[in-house]
Amino acid sequence: MNQYETVIIFTPVLSDDDMKRTEEAYKDFLRSNGGEIVAEEHWGLKQLAYNIKKKSTGIYYVLEYKGPSDITGKLDIQFNRDENVLRFATIRLDKYSIDYNERKRRGEIGRNAKTGAHAANKLNKEKEKAEA
Amino acid sequence: MAVGKNIRYLAAPKLGMMRKKYCRFKKSGIKYIDYKNPEFLLKFVNEQGKILPRRLSGNSLKYQRKVAQAVKRSRQLALLPYVTDLLK
Repeated sequence: MNQYETVIIFTPVLSDDDMKRTEEAYKDFLRSNGGEIVAEEHWGLKQLAYNIKKKSTGIYYVLEYKGPSDITGKLDIQFNRDENVLRFATIRLDKYSIDYNERKRRGEIGRNAKTGAHAANKLNKEKEKAEA
Repeated sequence: MAVGKNIRYLAAPKLGMMRKKYCRFKKSGIKYIDYKNPEFLLKFVNEQGKILPRRLSGNSLKYQRKVAQAVKRSRQLALLPYVTDLLK
């Protein structure tokens, strides 16, 4: 079992209902192939940095899931068949990225984070100093 | 020797010490560089979208590799451009 993260860019012409249906279809596909959804993220319509298939915008969707190692290959085939997918990228997560994603979901990363790693590190260092 | 006093500083005196570069990831304990965060990755590319060398960014080799990886992934997903002008 590995943990993976897939970012998918759908065409901007897709309606909300279609979006939901395709997302559900992919999630069902993952579950039926021994996968387990950890998290999902909707970024919505975003400007692309360059045109893909003559489109300048795309709907971003991020899926994080656990699964056996052959699951990504099967998923790739599904994406390649789907005309609504402009682009996708699957990345295997290591322990640092899993940790990062969890903290991000708890809102500990970013400018407004109060208890982020940076603050925690600072606190630890101050403690060490105080003890020394 | 009034003249000697006047020409003591032929070269402009150095203003302060050169600040030493450091690896921000090592310093702040960041272990993973997120490719989904293009605003952060902008710090490591120039106006044309090229990855800055280590001698400018000050990254350690380990994290420079990760930065490069993240920038390249980000480009693939159209979050960062491959080529542009006036990115910043």
